[in-house]
Amino acid sequence: MDQSRIRNFSIIAHIDHGKSTLADRILELTNAVSKREMREQVLDSMDLERERGITIKAQAVRVSWKGHELNLIDTPGHVDFTYEVSRSLQACEGALLVVDAAQGTEAQTLANAYLAIENELEIVPVVNKIDLPQADPDGAAREVAELIGESPDRVLRISAKTGEGVADVLDAVIERVPPPAGEPAAPARALIFDSSYDQYRGVVAFVRVVDGVFRPRERLRTMALGTRFEAQEIGFMSPAMRPVDELTAGEVGYVITGLKDVSELRVGDTLTTESNGAVEPLPGYKDVKPMVFAGLFPTESDDYPELRDALEKLKLNDAALFYEPETSQALGFGFRSGFLGLLHMEIVRERLEREFDLDLLVTAPNVAYRVKERNGEWREVHSPADMPDEFEEAEEPYVKASIIVPKEYVGPVMELNNERRGRFDHMEYLSPERVHLTYELPLAEIVLDYYDQLKSRTRGYASFDYDYIGFRPGTLVRVDVLVAGESVDALSLIVHREFAYDRGRALVERLRKEIPRQMFDVPIQAAIGSRVIARETVKARRKDVLAKCYGGDITRKRKLLENQKKGKKRMKQVGAVEVPQEAFLAVLNIGQEGRK
Amino acid sequence: MSGVAHLYVHLPFCAHRCGYCDFVTVTGRSEEHGSYVDALLRELELESGLLSEQLETIFLGGGTPTFTEPGALERLLAALPPADEVTVEANPETVTPELAELLSRNRVNRVSLGAQTFNTTLLDVLERRAGPGDVSGAFYRLRDAGFDNINLDLIYGIPGQSAADLERDLDEALKLAPEHLSCYELEAKPGTRFTHTHGVELERQAEAMEDYFERVVDRLTGAGYRWYETANFCRSGSSVDGRDLRAQHNLAYWEGRDYLGLGIGAFSTIAGRRWRNTPRLPAYTAALASGEAPARELERLDEETRMREHLMLGLRLDEPLPLAEVEPALDLDALERLSGLGLVRRDGGTLALSPRGRFLGGRVTVELLA
Repeated sequence: MDQSRIRNFSIIAHIDHGKSTLADRILELTNAVSKREMREQVLDSMDLERERGITIKAQAVRVSWKGHELNLIDTPGHVDFTYEVSRSLQACEGALLVVDAAQGTEAQTLANAYLAIENELEIVPVVNKIDLPQADPDGAAREVAELIGESPDRVLRISAKTGEGVADVLDAVIERVPPPAGEPAAPARALIFDSSYDQYRGVVAFVRVVDGVFRPRERLRTMALGTRFEAQEIGFMSPAMRPVDELTAGEVGYVITGLKDVSELRVGDTLTTESNGAVEPLPGYKDVKPMVFAGLFPTESDDYPELRDALEKLKLNDAALFYEPETSQALGFGFRSGFLGLLHMEIVRERLEREFDLDLLVTAPNVAYRVKERNGEWREVHSPADMPDEFEEAEEPYVKASIIVPKEYVGPVMELNNERRGRFDHMEYLSPERVHLTYELPLAEIVLDYYDQLKSRTRGYASFDYDYIGFRPGTLVRVDVLVAGESVDALSLIVHREFAYDRGRALVERLRKEIPRQMFDVPIQAAIGSRVIARETVKARRKDVLAKCYGGDITRKRKLLENQKKGKKRMKQVGAVEVPQEAFLAVLNIGQEGRK
Repeated sequence: MSGVAHLYVHLPFCAHRCGYCDFVTVTGRSEEHGSYVDALLRELELESGLLSEQLETIFLGGGTPTFTEPGALERLLAALPPADEVTVEANPETVTPELAELLSRNRVNRVSLGAQTFNTTLLDVLERRAGPGDVSGAFYRLRDAGFDNINLDLIYGIPGQSAADLERDLDEALKLAPEHLSCYELEAKPGTRFTHTHGVELERQAEAMEDYFERVVDRLTGAGYRWYETANFCRSGSSVDGRDLRAQHNLAYWEGRDYLGLGIGAFSTIAGRRWRNTPRLPAYTAALASGEAPARELERLDEETRMREHLMLGLRLDEPLPLAEVEPALDLDALERLSGLGLVRRDGGTLALSPRGRFLGGRVTVELLA
């Protein structure tokens, strides 16, 4: 196809502002999908995505409109996948920036708009949901126009739900988005912007051809990772897979690689041909590293093999998921798993529970730390238990948090950020009513319950997004929890020294309430090294007898004791102390943590 | 095989069902007392082959055995085989001089009085019918009739009972100097009316009442009583001429001996089989009226189960348990651990709980079970 007739674009929007609905209407309008075939949100293939209203895996669909070939590249809508979003955007020349007519711009709108601007995309602003009774299309249009420096007249007003204005959107894509500008005759280069795993065909790469031509049966290689394979099939999605004989400069499509492991193919890497290949890779490749870590343990230890198999299967489709075996004296066998962020963690957890029917205990998440050991070497630490007792210095990851709130909540938001070691960066009024705040925050302060706190202190009005800005030095300490003098590995935590006392205190109090009384006093301590910072005692029981036992009671009482014996076998032994698994659950489970 | 030497007879009738009670009881229906006793005597006849010639103990429990219509009660007592110890449970308000005399002339030699508490407010909470003075009145009437082996049942941990209330109850009980005292913590059993009404309050008081058991034991042992079973105390030594005043019938349960139970809801354990009679009065009397045994629920006790029961019951007693009798049922690591904590004493070939171990006897047993 002649590049001048190709348009590659994405839709970017805050969650629930109607991105997927607009995508559906576009497919319908261009007859890519008949009304009958139309399932809502065709592009989101996983149930979970449809349910949560978010898109996890980006995909690309080719449609025809007025003699042009339009490639709609879907993007994930959340910060955890910023890198994936940026790669998807790099595959485009333009983006539809969709804003809810009732909500206006939100934190993700900003984050994504900035990403689009960084990638030098032509932005087509769209105000959606103009059919809603509470819609304020003019207000939303003014906000979004200001954001990208456009005239409000150029903002399209549509209802993706009713279809009103959707044809104008496609016309605007053709008019405003520039055609691709690659070199059709140069050595072949394609950007890998996504990949997925197909049970029958192996790893499928989604690519944007920048220069040259790709053909089936050619030997290909990735330039950063150096993975080599033969293209078994190439084609495009419409939205079903359509094989073709070639993908040329400017086109978007897929390559069936025959690879067995998604980790052999990295998003952002450049694909080229083995012979006569390109010399320079495309810019922007990054090795994405997990930033948030948590222990995943089956609640029934018998389920460990199932959990391992399930993680293996998830990993096939999720190159960003990291896991390694972890053994906890309190929780048994499990996995220390790394995630791009909190949402990624939640998605993995839900998929494990839902698709694999596993009952999981997910420990409170922690971030990745960098620690300089006594010997001067830096090392990355993924779990508090790995933190050395003594170290020279430590660093923790920081993010730039972007928060948009109605102006009356600026105070509470600032207060929250101050409590969380935030450093004020910037504040601006998006409109007379709405304020955009940015803060630099340690990621560790966000992973626990920041989002819940933010929502509750702003009555749900705040929108929030964040972006990694790198590691910075932190005054960090490891707080250990000792039950009857024995350190409980799963309960150790790494915190800023300033918060060590409060967190230790809270943990110890919580644990005192959860550990049943034993036949002896059980001290529970929080300690930094050998210094105890908080202490509670579970007092010994003074009596535990069956009041009476005569001829008629014997069977019943015996069964009672036998049942208690069975219950005892389900306890986790910490030294001489028996702790019910539920106690750890209550203290560690992030679900609980979020609710408190 | 030598015959069973211990006989239990259940007399379910009560004037009123107390809120905390979960025994098999029947209120009213005084016209049925006679036919019930007929049924009991038929069951005795059917099972008499199991009994030994000379019984060691008979225990009439309830219900309120002394609420049974006197003619029927006397007919029953007169028909029972002779035994060394014959105990009847009685509620204080039922003990008239006539009743005391009736019991005495029918070879009853031990009476167990369900006093529960001397505090009238707490008696109301328990829904007991006795009034002030009823307990001591009943006690002295029994003494007058010649009873020299009387037990008082006391309950502690009653909703609203302060530590001072408990001490008062113990004072009152000790003033009477009964041969035997049974002191139970109130059990709020799930599903009873009582738990429904007082469960929340009991939970709230649990911590405050935690040391009541210790108070009871301290007080009674201080007054010279032998704490011979978790909840049972008896006078001992020279003051009672060396008589063994332990409840011999109950001792048979705790030592794992066989017993035959008659009446509705009654349990029997004989030669590795335990059965329970139907708790339904009409079904029981109808079956026996036609000369058949009542419907029974049967449980087979294998060697292992019997040994576990032996451990569970034996550890309730103050006398050391021969290790050989229970060793296969023991978790030896737990034994080691509990010895270390000073809860269990292993001495020669025996096993015994320390005083603190006895306060935690239930939990200790759970730990010790293999």
